[in-house]
Amino acid sequence: MSGATIGIEAVRFSYGAQAFVFDAAIGAGEIVAVMGPSGSGKSTLLNLVAGFEMPDTGRLTIDGEDVTGLAPDRRAVTMVFQENNLFGHLDIAANVGLGRSPSLRLTMEDRDRVAEALARTGLAGKADRLPAALSGGERQRAALARALVRDRPVLLLDEPFASLGPALRADMLDLVAELHGERGMTVLMVSHHPGDARRLGRRILFVDEGRIAADGPAGDLLGDNAPAIVADYLGSDPGQRGR
Amino acid sequence: MADGDGPLSRPAWQPGARRAVPGLWPGRLALGFLALLCGGALAGLGLEAAGDWRSLAAAFDGRVLAIARFTLYQAVLSTALSVVPALAVARALSRHPRFFGRAALLRLFAVPLALPAIVAALGVLALYGRAGLLAEPLSALAGGRWPGIYGLSGILVAHVFFNLPLATRLLIEALQTVPADHWRLASQLGMGGAAQWRLIEWPVLRAALPGIAGLVFMLCVTSFTIVLTLGGGPAATTLEVAIYQALRFDFDPGMAVALTLLQLVLTGAIVLALVRLGGTFAESATLSVVTRRPAMANNGETVLNAIVIALAAAFVLAPMGAVVVAGFKADLARLAGETAVIGAAATSLALALAAAILSVALSMGLVAARKRLEKARRGRASLLELASDTGAGMILVVPPIVLGAGWFVLLRHVGDVFALAPAMVIAVNAAMAMPFVVRAIRPAHDNAAERHDRLAASLGIRGFNRLRLVDWPVLRAPLLAGFAFAMALSLGDLGVIALFGSDSVQTLPYLLLARLGSYRTADAAGLALLLALLTLALMAIAGRLEGRR
Repeated sequence: MSGATIGIEAVRFSYGAQAFVFDAAIGAGEIVAVMGPSGSGKSTLLNLVAGFEMPDTGRLTIDGEDVTGLAPDRRAVTMVFQENNLFGHLDIAANVGLGRSPSLRLTMEDRDRVAEALARTGLAGKADRLPAALSGGERQRAALARALVRDRPVLLLDEPFASLGPALRADMLDLVAELHGERGMTVLMVSHHPGDARRLGRRILFVDEGRIAADGPAGDLLGDNAPAIVADYLGSDPGQRGR
Repeated sequence: MADGDGPLSRPAWQPGARRAVPGLWPGRLALGFLALLCGGALAGLGLEAAGDWRSLAAAFDGRVLAIARFTLYQAVLSTALSVVPALAVARALSRHPRFFGRAALLRLFAVPLALPAIVAALGVLALYGRAGLLAEPLSALAGGRWPGIYGLSGILVAHVFFNLPLATRLLIEALQTVPADHWRLASQLGMGGAAQWRLIEWPVLRAALPGIAGLVFMLCVTSFTIVLTLGGGPAATTLEVAIYQALRFDFDPGMAVALTLLQLVLTGAIVLALVRLGGTFAESATLSVVTRRPAMANNGETVLNAIVIALAAAFVLAPMGAVVVAGFKADLARLAGETAVIGAAATSLALALAAAILSVALSMGLVAARKRLEKARRGRASLLELASDTGAGMILVVPPIVLGAGWFVLLRHVGDVFALAPAMVIAVNAAMAMPFVVRAIRPAHDNAAERHDRLAASLGIRGFNRLRLVDWPVLRAPLLAGFAFAMALSLGDLGVIALFGSDSVQTLPYLLLARLGSYRTADAAGLALLLALLTLALMAIAGRLEGRR
């Protein structure tokens, strides 16, 4: 399996007084970081692609197919949220297993795939733990393991590592990079940290006030000649601008 | 794509289309049920009134107005006697967050919430009645023979027994909203008891007071069983009891309709006022019994608080104790062997079970529909969402006796009213418990929906799978708690069954009332003990389940 293209064509969406207009084309297998101030619409963009929000007008395609009206589970997409990725009353194997069957009726092959995914994400031996018995990082690894067994061509990451410490976050980003290397899925990742974008994303979508205000290679948008709007967001803090 | 479950069919999609909110039918069904229950009763009343408006007009005479006046009068007195002492008790309890028996006392204060009114009435009689446990000391005190506690005094004592603990718990809840930092600040600034009352406690209590007093007032205006058993005569009759008497004894539907309409106007006005005041409609059976607040009363105040708390505890505990004492004096073995008792117990349990199942199912439908609509909306709430939010409270505007009376006058044209008793009891009791059940399950449900909805949608877990894998494990405890509470309420209810009951369909409360009416007081006391034990066992289960979530 490899990644799929994502087409976001004049997608309009409104929530209360807020209006959003998105237009972007993302190539198969790309890793794109979505940045921007809070409330600008980064998560809304991902929610639209995942199918949690319906556009008012416009068209969404994945792998060239129109998915605008499809329910979330019918889309070739897996999304990992900032939190609540796991059901607290089900153990880790069951939580990952849901990625194979939403009724949790698992074949032997399904179980093998779950065990593989757990091993791949460093969770071997924790299959029968409840989420509460895992650390925050381990819980997000379990969510990634489920993304692996679902094996969808598009992976959406809505700040899943935001609450982790810097070293742990770096580990997780490396894991995502490795998984991308193996599977080649298209990755759309919301992040507040320029470092994340630098580490992983070759391309950045900068969202501001409900639209994509800048779109380009990470080097350009985070460099000295960044567009004013991005430079304002990043500020002059050397730690944030950091090379 | 994994397991080949890609796009199955492409839905017709047009620009601007919004996906319809799925899974609303149980909520619509629940609202339909409530509308039918309410509409049928109102239709019955309306038809009766339209058919014979002349006698209806004639029915609005001085007697009806006198009954309405007494209804309000006793409710005002009951409310004042419940809420004012409750202020003192709640403050005393909140100022001593840790003492031996405090948690037990708060649990004791939850008991009247589910204790059948007829059991409480019996307890009051067994304690303060002419032949009650306290008759002798009271006779000595009164300097003559103690006349017993029928009429207004009996009604007031029973109402305070029910509502003093309720108001106390609600007021403590209000006091618990004071942030811990305020107490730390108060002690750092060296505020005394009076200053704390004026600057911290009273403002919070004052804000909560109108809603609480409104709720208590409402409960007293619609009180039926207490007035029926303790009123003891036409001088102390409320609208609800008069409706019952008009239908069961005088068979005067015109009079019943007149009384019912008056009651509807009254409750409607009170509910409207209550909504404006932002009161709570249904109190939860549990209250957290620990607070992180430091104890800050000085010695003098501690003594005073201890007296207040002891008096309140004695007042609430004594009638319950009297039920036990009087119950054990009855010939329990003979009672337990009586066919009438066994039959009534079986009927009671079956009807309560059915009512509780119906109540939980309908409440769940309403709660789920409300949350789904809330999540799907982007602007103002739709009418359906508002209805699913407040629908369960309908029973407050149209109390069980009014529902029963409406259906009674409607159904008597159709056939044998008494044959329909089981259906009426189940339907009305289910509706009656809904505000409580909704309150028990809504926080857990909404919380779970908030956490799980997107995840379930993205994984395609829906329908029965969703119920089995996601909702049931999380909501099991609150659903069972709501179920047990609904069953307890329904088991002890003497409302609709008083209207529809007959020799062929009788429940324990109905049998109890019959025994009381034929002066078989010992039998009544024995039945009351049985009924109390059944409901308290259910309450204990509900409390344990709620505490676990």
